Amino acid sequence: MSKIPETLRYSDTHEWVEDLGGGRYRVGITDHAQELLGDLVFVEAPEAGKAIRAGAVCGVLESVKAAADLYAPLDGTVVERNDGLGDNPQWLNEDPYGQGWIMVVEADASAGDGLMDAAAYAKIAEV
Amino acid sequence: MPYIPHDAAETAAMLAAVGVERLDQLFDEIPPVLQVQDMALPEGLSEMALQRELEGRALANAPLRCFAGGGAYAHHIPAIVWEIAGRGEFYSAYTPYQAEASQGTLQVIYEYQSFITRLTGLEVSNASLYDGASGLAEVCLMALRIQGGDKSILVPENLLPGWRRVLDSVLGLQDIRLVSVPYDRATGSLILPADAGDAAALIIPQSNALGLLEPVDALTDWAHAHGLLAIAVVNPLALALLKAPGVWGTQGADMAVGEGQPLGIPLSGGGPYFGFLACRKAQVRQLPGRLVAKTVDGQGREGFCLTLQAREQHIRRGKATSNICTNQGLMVTAATIHMAALGGYGLQQTAVRCHERAVRLRELLAGVPGVSLPYGGAFFHEFVVRLPRAAVAVRDALLGYGLLAGLPLSDWGMGEAGDLLVCTTELLEEADLLAYRGALTSVLETL
Amino acid sequence: MSDSIFDHDHHVPVVALPSDIPAALLRKTPLNLPNPAELEVLRHYTRLSQKNFSIDTQFYPLGSCTMKYNPRIAHTMAALPGFARLHPDTPAQGMQGLLQVLWELQEWLAATTGMAAVSLTPAAGAQGELAGVAMIRAYHAAHGDHGRRKMLIPTAAHGTNPASAQMAGFDVVEIPNLADGDLDMAFLDQHLGPDIAGIMLTNPSTLGVFERRITEIAARVHGAGGLLYYDGANLNAILGRVRPGQMGFDAMHLNLHKTFATPHGGGGPGAGAVAVQERLRPFLPLPVVAREAAGALRWLDEGDLPRSIGRLSAHGGNIGVLLRAHAYLRRLGRAGVGRVSAYAALNANYLLRELQRVGYQAAFPERRASHEFILSVSDLQKATGIRALDVAKRLLDFGIHAPTVYFPQLVPECLLIEPTETESKATLDRFVTVMAQIRREALEQPELLREAPHHLPVGRLDEALAARRLDVAGGL
Repeated sequence: MSKIPETLRYSDTHEWVEDLGGGRYRVGITDHAQELLGDLVFVEAPEAGKAIRAGAVCGVLESVKAAADLYAPLDGTVVERNDGLGDNPQWLNEDPYGQGWIMVVEADASAGDGLMDAAAYAKIAEV
Repeated sequence: MPYIPHDAAETAAMLAAVGVERLDQLFDEIPPVLQVQDMALPEGLSEMALQRELEGRALANAPLRCFAGGGAYAHHIPAIVWEIAGRGEFYSAYTPYQAEASQGTLQVIYEYQSFITRLTGLEVSNASLYDGASGLAEVCLMALRIQGGDKSILVPENLLPGWRRVLDSVLGLQDIRLVSVPYDRATGSLILPADAGDAAALIIPQSNALGLLEPVDALTDWAHAHGLLAIAVVNPLALALLKAPGVWGTQGADMAVGEGQPLGIPLSGGGPYFGFLACRKAQVRQLPGRLVAKTVDGQGREGFCLTLQAREQHIRRGKATSNICTNQGLMVTAATIHMAALGGYGLQQTAVRCHERAVRLRELLAGVPGVSLPYGGAFFHEFVVRLPRAAVAVRDALLGYGLLAGLPLSDWGMGEAGDLLVCTTELLEEADLLAYRGALTSVLETL
Repeated sequence: MSDSIFDHDHHVPVVALPSDIPAALLRKTPLNLPNPAELEVLRHYTRLSQKNFSIDTQFYPLGSCTMKYNPRIAHTMAALPGFARLHPDTPAQGMQGLLQVLWELQEWLAATTGMAAVSLTPAAGAQGELAGVAMIRAYHAAHGDHGRRKMLIPTAAHGTNPASAQMAGFDVVEIPNLADGDLDMAFLDQHLGPDIAGIMLTNPSTLGVFERRITEIAARVHGAGGLLYYDGANLNAILGRVRPGQMGFDAMHLNLHKTFATPHGGGGPGAGAVAVQERLRPFLPLPVVAREAAGALRWLDEGDLPRSIGRLSAHGGNIGVLLRAHAYLRRLGRAGVGRVSAYAALNANYLLRELQRVGYQAAFPERRASHEFILSVSDLQKATGIRALDVAKRLLDFGIHAPTVYFPQLVPECLLIEPTETESKATLDRFVTVMAQIRREALEQPELLREAPHHLPVGRLDEALAARRLDVAGGL
């Protein structure tokens, strides 16, 4: 049973979004996603300054057995990227909601509106 | 029945287990109209008869002493190379997807990768591509992926034309623009354009199609100064002598690719050969083809496995770095054993001999009446002689002397009608060089 | 501790580099490759070979790979000096023997496939696919039909299919299979139109069953102006009995390293000869061998085939592989090729029945196996968590190479099993006995499978560590 924190919001492409306040949002992939992918070995995420568009591919998540597209869960501009993932891709598996965060995005207040809550995500994350 | 072990009793028992009476019934899901009996094939031969027929075919190819190069070279292959590579455990093994059952192949590939990185001076080598020319196409695609955008590739006109044709065919499918870079007709050397346009990379052949060595440091630095990647196209045997691409210019070339055939692979009429490809570690995720890495098992024992497979077609499918699946595993096995058998010392010694023979033959031929040397630059083991008659006619006439005298540049649309690209390797002895001179002299007198 | 070639090194004299080459172009430091003694080289690589599974030593039921016996006579003939020492640029008059062999192979492959013309040049199946779809693109362009930018490919297709289509500049439209293994015709009809260049299929499909409505599919695709491409990977199932040309396919590749018994070599070389209907002949990749009226043979070039899609390699392709395929075909002859598919089908159907008898679940139990079939171990997964991978690893302990696992991706926890016709009933019976034991272990002692293999030089390797550390060149 994968973890789905109540305080976060989710995309149907298995990203989570944390509202940090002040128009900033932290983004990562869910516990369910890391389970599906297996041991992550590489993450390619957009660098600070890059604009992202909701629903568009903005990076790649590579595991031993699969390569999946990373989708932007909202429109905005990346302001911070977790470069520690370069040497430690396993953080995505070990701590997907904490140390395994991928990027911080600046977006306007309505950016998170299209996302679903934990209960709704739990339904689509059911195997 | 050749290669089918079943006897009548076994066949009957198996048919019964399946619940049918005849082999034909196993195909009852296939519409009868699609099942044929007549097919224009001859009847099969016994192994004995087959051998006789094929030995005849083999003998029907003229035995010629080889002075031709152009990307495929006649070298000595130590006896142990194919003795080992031909062992069933290497010969009939599959791709090492089940790593625990393939540690032999995997370690060979790892050692191969290690050797190639040392030859090229670059950090990562893949497990091979089909040949040098298609490998160059793959590396161009790699350069375009790295640089991004809708860029072109700068292709020297003194790259082997056969390789240029492959670039046209493969890259043309994705509408990739190839911009030709001319060469100086007097020196045979590349003329750099004033600006690089929107190119992603510059291809630098060392040596070029005329056998001449290019000023690779200056070319590499020019590429980098203009924001281009520098792609080195090199002969792996020559790298035993020549500066490694990884230290060309101030930053080193970015990728190195070439034809691996000189390393223990028989000429065999054109293939199978293999392409080698090396790059910087930072670009490893864009590298096409297979890659082997060292790791450990659950008990801490060292082992090897395929890695970064997520780049490849069987996982990434339409978004893969390449469609390549089968590569050239057996050739890589042979090349690795060849490099080990010769050792660094043997490779250098062989390379020196190839060069010395070329210097000697070039000197001898310059003395033949009517023959001139159009280029004065440095070379590895190939050089151009300019004959007073059409090179094609001279080459054809020399077949009668048991010589494959070289490659007429006119076949490539390069040089003049009398230009012949001659190659020497360590196989040739002084007597062979003198015989060539004698034969050429005779032919020129009579043509 | 593995023994590395770098452990065998001896001091050697420095080689003086030529003084007539400018110093700036020469190596600054000596070449840093080891210098082992000849016996050390022989022992090192011989011992490495002994760590491999191979057809010569183990049963290798890898689905879609056709791991049949590689006849040694093919190797001996290909290695004859008259072939081995031939420079590719030898003029035609000096290589009539080789050209005769290649010409015969072209003719026989055309006859076997029911096609009009063949090019032997693609170096592997994937390169053959690239050539095939490139020819389809060239055909449409030659007819002024530039809007056909899409290629239909089943979701269950081999990964090289969409990769090749993409390399050839196409967009891929994935078409699903139905539960019974046949193609989704409704989806096909919905998507056929003026923007579809064609469809890539194999028959029997990657699901191990014959696509029964192939003639209908061909009619619909042709009706919509598209062409059909045949992936020849599964040709062993129908060799000598059914011809793709007759099924309605316009272009195809053959995997000579599968169907025609050339060696897999630890990952190649292969050869992916392409065969086409008459209307695609002008686009064949070069070079092709032709016979003149007087009987002399020569390579055709751009002057002969101006609309060719071009050249995929510097020379004529993997000649050595082609020689082996030729020897194999010449040995088999007309009767022999028919027996290949008959016994491939017998072995597959026999194994399918026997494995079901000992409790395994077939993916398509109501269908005939072609030359291969799919089992799913989802039931084992539900019972004790054992997955297809665990069954595969445990087989290695019994000296049997694992079948293909997790392909096609459509069937969960699947094993794709292809025995080939060169395996005896005794080998197959042993395989069934071992599989039965593994099944019992899966249910009663699953940890035996989860920790397998136990008896090989290494156990399961840490692939995540391999990818993260990326130690891909060593000895330093």
